[in-house]
Amino acid sequence: MDLAVKTASVQRPHKRRINRDMLLAILVLTPSILAVAIFIYSFIAWTFWISAVNWNDVVPDFTFVGLKNWVSVLSNSRFQIDIRNLVLYAIGFMAQCVVFGFLLAAVLDQRIKGEGIFRTIYIFPFAVSAIVTGVAWRWVMRPDSGINLLLDGVGLGAFKSLWYSHPTLGILFVTIAASWQFVGYIMALYLAGLRGISQEVREAAMIDGCSAVSMYRHIIIPMLSGITFTAIVLTGMGAIRAFDIIAAIGGSGQAFSTDTLAYNMFEQTFLANRYSLSAVIGAVMIIISSLLVVPYLISAQKETER
Amino acid sequence: MTQAQTKPTGFPPVSRIVIYAFLVIAALWFLMPIYVLVVTSLKGFDEVSVPNMWQLPQRLTFEGFISAWNDGGIGSGFVNSFWITVPASLISSFMGSINGYIFAKWRFKGSNAIFLLFLFGMFLPYQGVLIPMVQTLQAFGLYGKVIGLVFVHCIFGIPICALMFRSYYASIPDELIDAAKIDGCGFFNIYWRILLPIAAPAFAVVLLWQFTSIWNDFIIGVIVLSNPRLSPVTVSVQNLAGSLYTKWNIQMAGALIAALPTIVVYLALGKLFMRGLLAGSVKG
Repeated sequence: MDLAVKTASVQRPHKRRINRDMLLAILVLTPSILAVAIFIYSFIAWTFWISAVNWNDVVPDFTFVGLKNWVSVLSNSRFQIDIRNLVLYAIGFMAQCVVFGFLLAAVLDQRIKGEGIFRTIYIFPFAVSAIVTGVAWRWVMRPDSGINLLLDGVGLGAFKSLWYSHPTLGILFVTIAASWQFVGYIMALYLAGLRGISQEVREAAMIDGCSAVSMYRHIIIPMLSGITFTAIVLTGMGAIRAFDIIAAIGGSGQAFSTDTLAYNMFEQTFLANRYSLSAVIGAVMIIISSLLVVPYLISAQKETER
Repeated sequence: MTQAQTKPTGFPPVSRIVIYAFLVIAALWFLMPIYVLVVTSLKGFDEVSVPNMWQLPQRLTFEGFISAWNDGGIGSGFVNSFWITVPASLISSFMGSINGYIFAKWRFKGSNAIFLLFLFGMFLPYQGVLIPMVQTLQAFGLYGKVIGLVFVHCIFGIPICALMFRSYYASIPDELIDAAKIDGCGFFNIYWRILLPIAAPAFAVVLLWQFTSIWNDFIIGVIVLSNPRLSPVTVSVQNLAGSLYTKWNIQMAGALIAALPTIVVYLALGKLFMRGLLAGSVKG
């Protein structure tokens, strides 16, 4: 009883202190909250508003025109090519990063001599900017030189390609350069995941007579599904954002074969001053990204709660 | 050591050769564009041509590097990038260390929801905020200025830095914080005396991450600071490579100079870089 009174009297100022500190914490966080609220969320709302007004010239014109800009962008052939290119880019980029990222990680996980050197080589392109990546690959994938020259040299001239200059599939070849830069990152994620799978799991599978292939198929790959999901979201976001590498590799290309939403939006804003039309493209990019990011964040949240 | 010896690979020994062949081919693939950059940049004007792009230079020369640095705008871009990247990485890392501390150790009602909104913002493409951003910077006289670009990098660095520091602080037991509270330590004291001194590894990882991504940034740089005299080095490389009159050896030399700082940092601090890679994805 005496003790209880004592702790209560000790705890009261302590509690008050915590409340004061909690207020301080919120106060310190407030500028960042405001910055994110203004520079991200209110700007997104503002972009949507611009997409609904008539500002398609240097001089701002905030006359409300409803969905007029949306109709004109959605029926625009360059925009439609961009959507097709987004699908191609996403498929090409995801497939290369997930497949090769996983393969490299699985192989590096096999007690490799010189693992550190291989790992360093595979990841270093991630330290290189997309601009430098594009400049290098523009040269490597030149139709009149680069890889085509090598193919000719070893008698495989039949496999020569127009690469990014291909009139319809150019964008797929751009993903080769993009994957070169990004696959090491995905490999690092998978490698960390593989290292996290306990030895007992593998041993148990071996004792049960699992072959190496079926162990990967039925045990390891399903256990790494969370990482695969992360890889798909990250590469999907990379596809939506693709801009730097397009600019460096040579722009929107012949008949927009290497154009992207991001590149189109940039040109509409800074070269053509069609602000409302480009705001539509920006808004479309926000909507598509949300479709990817919201499920990802919900699942990440569930995982941390568990 | 023992772990490495007992670990069953599940593959018969014959396939080891195939495995190493695969690894070596992959390594050659990753090195190929760098080989082209290095070899081409070391050639003289007369030696650069389409049919002999894979050949080693007959005569080593640094004239490509010198022209790129002096006349190609790479020199000024490099210096500009330095003055943009260093303050922006320092400020955003410092802000992240406080924000992460609050998100990890001072959870209040709604703090998790706010954190999620931060993360959502981190993933969004810049095109969604580009026009209002330019309007706002113009209104405040920050458009086309180095300080404006530093400011924008700091704002867009808030979510990722908070995320990285939050994950790091989360690994520090709450009991330590509670004990400090009972000893009368307040909000700032816990940060200065307990967390900051042990946060050096997290600082290194976040600084490295911010340095790399801000140095390599192109889109924000070209939007906010496209003036060739003030622009970051990625914009200079793009201008140089986009010009039809510039010889390839100069373009390649410019690209190599621009890539050098982040490559050097990566090779020197590879372990920290790896940790940044893993912390940069939400679930890592």
